[in-house]
Amino acid sequence: MAKRIVDHMAYQDGMEVIESDLMDKVLTAIGEYDYKQYTKFDVEKALSKEHLSLEDYKAILSPAAMPYLEVMARKAMAKTRKHFGNSISLFTPLYIANYCTNECVYCGFKATNKIQRALLSMEDAEEELKAIADTGLKEILLLTGESRYKSNVQYIGDVVKLATKYFTTIGIEIYPLNTDEYTFIRECGADFVSVYQETYDTDTYAEVHKWGSKRSFPYRFDAQERALKGGLRGVAFGALLGLDDFRKDAFAAGLHAHLVQQKYPHAEISFSTPRIKPYINNADNNSKDVYEKELLQVMLAYRLFMPYAGVTISTRERAGFRDQVIGMVANKMSAGVNVGVGGHSDEQQGDEQFEISDERDVSEIDQIIRSKGLQPVYTDYIRV
Amino acid sequence: MSDKLMIGGREFQSRFILGSGKFSLELIKAVIEHGEAEMVTLALRRANAGGEENILDYIPNNITLLPNTSGARNAEEAVRIARLSRELGCGEFVKVEVMSDSKYLLPDNYETTKATEILAKEGFVVMPYMYPDLYAARSLVDAGAAAVMPLGSPIGSNKGLSTKDFIQILVDEIDLPIIVDAGLGRPSQACEAMEMGVDAIMCNTAVATAGNVALMAKAFKQSIEAGRNAYLAGLGRVLEFEGEASSPLTGFLEG
Repeated sequence: MAKRIVDHMAYQDGMEVIESDLMDKVLTAIGEYDYKQYTKFDVEKALSKEHLSLEDYKAILSPAAMPYLEVMARKAMAKTRKHFGNSISLFTPLYIANYCTNECVYCGFKATNKIQRALLSMEDAEEELKAIADTGLKEILLLTGESRYKSNVQYIGDVVKLATKYFTTIGIEIYPLNTDEYTFIRECGADFVSVYQETYDTDTYAEVHKWGSKRSFPYRFDAQERALKGGLRGVAFGALLGLDDFRKDAFAAGLHAHLVQQKYPHAEISFSTPRIKPYINNADNNSKDVYEKELLQVMLAYRLFMPYAGVTISTRERAGFRDQVIGMVANKMSAGVNVGVGGHSDEQQGDEQFEISDERDVSEIDQIIRSKGLQPVYTDYIRV
Repeated sequence: MSDKLMIGGREFQSRFILGSGKFSLELIKAVIEHGEAEMVTLALRRANAGGEENILDYIPNNITLLPNTSGARNAEEAVRIARLSRELGCGEFVKVEVMSDSKYLLPDNYETTKATEILAKEGFVVMPYMYPDLYAARSLVDAGAAAVMPLGSPIGSNKGLSTKDFIQILVDEIDLPIIVDAGLGRPSQACEAMEMGVDAIMCNTAVATAGNVALMAKAFKQSIEAGRNAYLAGLGRVLEFEGEASSPLTGFLEG
């Protein structure tokens, strides 16, 4: 019997549907975005402006802007310093589980990948949190694979509560939730939610998300809105660069964030710019045409289009790249990173999601930031 | 001549309030010294930097701390941050900042006034950061503010006094120290504000992002003093006198 193919544009059982026209707006705009039509004149015009329009944003993301990376970098640096001063915020991710019920071709956690699976017990989670807090960090990002069964909402909420004992800011990067579940997680102490759409091209989305709850494109798309309705302080956006046409995906992620900010003016917005990396049993997984130049173009375009939004640089990139983009375009970076389950206080319990390229610990990153005349910021929030 | 700034019953020689939010901690002491600042703001949300570091270790004891409520999105959060600040031993002064727009970071005058009223009743010396609106400023006076801190331009913009006319109205009408906060990008703009009769200047980004931060702090100090002296000297009269026409319109009057 042939397996039934689930409609990737439909919501699955139990998925909340909210009233919103943002997805239609973004999908229409990507359809109309033809980056080949932009010329160096469009780029120069965009770069001469103080505030960039959506058209300007399209121009600086186009291939015509590639010769202008240096100019964009200078302009971005001025914007970054204006909005964030000399501060570079530090955090680290903690993977608390890597069970997953999705089949996403680019990810090491995908359900069929034969890796060591684990879920931290409350005792082990606390040991990990303590070990991380001992490095001086005050902000943590808690991650799971996408299994509502193994790592359920109550479990994640319990770990968030534990984390409030040691950290002033808590982000979560887990499967998308319904609004009431976001409210629960918020009440447990979470501040920020990261949900990356991976690709905004609905056909490619269907191709790479073969089955599982993640196959529903619209439910994932609305996650930031549900998180904000649920009371979270901020939301992060991103496309997995290299999955589809990165210019269109970066354009869509920027527009998505822009529209959410307009609808929820209090929301703190940030971007991540992950590139595809190799993972266990797939050493050749790579970001195709997205090299460092292209990656930097995307980061600079986010900064110039939404200068007040946070831009985070991950350990997917090499130390030499990360050290140069902080203060220029990125205002936040991770340190002391392990992308397997646990591994901060004791042996890692579950395998990694992908390969990282920067293994430096918190004190090494701290030193680098200072050596550049920048200020490492460990805490930027007070829970009252 | 004695020309002191009085806020909350405390005397200040310096009219330069230094923001500390965008600095490398190691530089703060030098900046305070070169700028001869006597009051330094402190973002409570950053007060404990994590690890070994604490910004309080970098601020000399003779400096009045002005903890702010940055991060607060409404009056209630601002009040809670202020109370925590007092519990932590940061003193009675508090700069109320309430913002609920992540794009422009403009102060919410309504929520700011509510927080000011609650905190003033609890004995805080409240210095609210506000958008320069006359009615809001009057409400802040009624709420018990010790000073009002209108913005010169959007925060971090370095654009100077884009709200100049409205700040002048506050200077003329509000019987509290007026401190221009946010948006000043260069010493000449601070001087311009002081010439208008503004009582003090608060500045952060312009100093923190300068090539030589200590020297820029000194430049601000000097420009603030120059502007203050010009105001005290009576700038307006000098201009009027020089502008007097050689054939006056009233020259026909007899007797």
